[in-house]
Amino acid sequence: MPKPLVEFGNKRMILHQIEALAAAGVTDIVLAVNYRPEIMEKYLAEYEKQFGINITISIEHEPLGTAGPLKLAEKTLRKDDTPFFVLNSDVTCEYPFKELAAFHKSHGDEGTIVVTKVEEPSKYGVIVHKPNHPSRIDRFVEKPVEFVGNRINAGIYILNTSVLDRIELRPTSIEQETFPAMTKDGQLHSFDLDGFWMDIGQPKDFLTGTYLYLSSLTKKGAKELAPPSLPYVYGGNVLIDPSARIGKNCRIGPNVTIGPDVVVGDGVRLQRCVLLSRSKVKDHAWVKSTIVGWNSTVGKWARLENVTVLGDDVTIGDEIYVNGGSILPHKTIKANVDVPAIIM
Amino acid sequence: MSLNIPHRDKANGTSGATKAVILVGGESRGTRFRPLSLDLPKPLFDVAGHPILWHCLKAIEKVPSIHEVYLIGYYDESIFFQFLQEASKEFPHLSIKYLREYQALGTAGGLYHFRDNILNGRPERLFVLNSDVCCSFPLNEMLQLAREKDAEAVILGTRVSDDAASNFGCIVSDSHTRRVLHYVEKPESHISNLINCGVYLFSTDTIFPSIRTAIKRRADRSARLLSFRSSDNLESSFMINDDDDAQNGVIRLEQDILGDMADSKQFFVYETKDFWRQIKTAGSAIPANALYLQKAWQNGSKELAEPNLVVKGEKTDNTRPGIHPPVFIHPEAIVHDEAELGPNVSIGPGAKIGPGARISNSIVLAKAEIKPSAHVLHSIIGWGGKVGAWARVEGSPTPVTSHTTSIIKNGVKVQAITILGKECVVGDEVLVKNCVCLPFKELKRVSLSILCTRHTEPC
Repeated sequence: MPKPLVEFGNKRMILHQIEALAAAGVTDIVLAVNYRPEIMEKYLAEYEKQFGINITISIEHEPLGTAGPLKLAEKTLRKDDTPFFVLNSDVTCEYPFKELAAFHKSHGDEGTIVVTKVEEPSKYGVIVHKPNHPSRIDRFVEKPVEFVGNRINAGIYILNTSVLDRIELRPTSIEQETFPAMTKDGQLHSFDLDGFWMDIGQPKDFLTGTYLYLSSLTKKGAKELAPPSLPYVYGGNVLIDPSARIGKNCRIGPNVTIGPDVVVGDGVRLQRCVLLSRSKVKDHAWVKSTIVGWNSTVGKWARLENVTVLGDDVTIGDEIYVNGGSILPHKTIKANVDVPAIIM
Repeated sequence: MSLNIPHRDKANGTSGATKAVILVGGESRGTRFRPLSLDLPKPLFDVAGHPILWHCLKAIEKVPSIHEVYLIGYYDESIFFQFLQEASKEFPHLSIKYLREYQALGTAGGLYHFRDNILNGRPERLFVLNSDVCCSFPLNEMLQLAREKDAEAVILGTRVSDDAASNFGCIVSDSHTRRVLHYVEKPESHISNLINCGVYLFSTDTIFPSIRTAIKRRADRSARLLSFRSSDNLESSFMINDDDDAQNGVIRLEQDILGDMADSKQFFVYETKDFWRQIKTAGSAIPANALYLQKAWQNGSKELAEPNLVVKGEKTDNTRPGIHPPVFIHPEAIVHDEAELGPNVSIGPGAKIGPGARISNSIVLAKAEIKPSAHVLHSIIGWGGKVGAWARVEGSPTPVTSHTTSIIKNGVKVQAITILGKECVVGDEVLVKNCVCLPFKELKRVSLSILCTRHTEPC
């Protein structure tokens, strides 16, 4: 399953983004991919109809880095001379496209990048503003040893079409080449992101991102969350698809997503986990910090924890313990996985 | 064998009265059974729903010529008071008495000390059983062999793997006549894989003179050569103190008597093909529990729980807990209909098993509580212990043929069986794996492969 199609909070990742873009008035979307997107086409056609937008797929036949694909899609991006959004498909947040476009228009320069505050900036590339300017970027400092700021690139940008003139059609990095050139010319601004932000490319971060997303839904009082008044909901932040079935005497939460057609047995304990569509968790199983893949089955009295990830159609036998196992698709696990391991 | 030796009992016309002695040890022995022996002497520990001693008595009961049984040990008399009262009701044909040594005299020294009691009534033969073994005790078969061979001594033997053999007393025998040719306790090198099961049948005319000879020789200091002991063998390391033993008058069957008997007596071995295990470490109660339960199941014992198999998530009878036999549930235990037990599970009196709890290959002792959806496997839950909802208390299975209860995990030797001492508490959802916990410990966090010693503090 291509990553953009993975359900995040019971909604495909790409749909979160398309929804937000359409709401901000975007009419054309280019998907820059480097694999054959056949499986995606059917979904994209549906979304085009649903939102009244055009979706183009732009395939790189050789890796072009983070800037090259923009050049490849130049024709679509230059349909008119309005600015275009760029976003990394692994990033989740409350996409602030309208506000970002307004801010970008207000400063009039070539580009704006969304930045987010982090606790430990030394792990990232940090942006430094021009002296006495609230948004114009002076430079980037990669993994700073001393504190120079705590705002990092959140992987979401709005750029004028003129930026395409700065990019050549070759493997090239927007962060390493394009942006430093723009800052030299004083053409790049930052836009502070409110609320949560997470790059959910890794399973551990996917679980953390889910927790952040569910927390933001709770904060907004979103109706799709399971009401805490349900007997099995524990600690809140629980999202259950209406088609899922839950057994008796379960304790579910906090931070649990249960997808369509999932079956949860009796006496099951779920916390900080994601059950993807059509998966099954049998009676009295205990699941924490785990992603249960599509069509997978977790046996009775099984115990999964410590960032365990089950691929599509995995079977965990009854009474089995899995500690941090990454289980590849179609495997059946009949012996304990006591220490974190990839099970091929 | 064309010549038929006339049987001794036929020759003198007596019925051949037999007595039995069960060696029960004392406080200073059985330390390896801790933490469980901190609260109860090992011989009284329940496996398969009955004290270890009871299983010995059950076997003795099947020998028609035995009417008197002595327990010899150095525990306080009060320890066995209740057990003896109950046993006299359950085994009305047996007179069972406790003979207390006021100092540890060794397995043979104890017998000799109480020779007047034992010889009272002039029994012809004497069974001697170590209480810390678990087996089917084929006593009638041993008696038959003794009669056939007109033996002065018969030892119960079993085959183990060559690697394991040197941890036990090794028997070299004539495969045809079954006569014991040579006996060595815990040899350093490989002698034989036929080992001493700790169950003997002696002619009373032979055993007491043999012990007297050994005591005399000890007193004369003209000791039979007792060097060449393996000092790195933990189980025999006390032999380093031979001098102390001599001063204390300690005479042991295994070290001081059997070797001589092999040299000079009509000494035979009955080799059992049935199960046999030592009950040394606390963890060894789990295989013993399993073997006794399996035996009871094969014998159609009425005290085991009726099977109620669970196939593809469906129980045969939904009004009872799922039961994978063999399972023993004490009549005073409360097991929820939605629990699933077995195989090889014993539940003690007053224990409470909640809905959705799963227990296999484990002993749950009196008044312990297993809360809803908890999972207990390869473990012993101590008296009054509590296992929280969705907790998992897990040991590792030991191979069927193994005579050890430790396993190698991540390169480190750990106890295979998880043991929670008296009144230990495992919090809700906590995982406990390959741990041995002293009494009254509270486990609030994941505990892996450790000996938990300090009270109330998380491991």
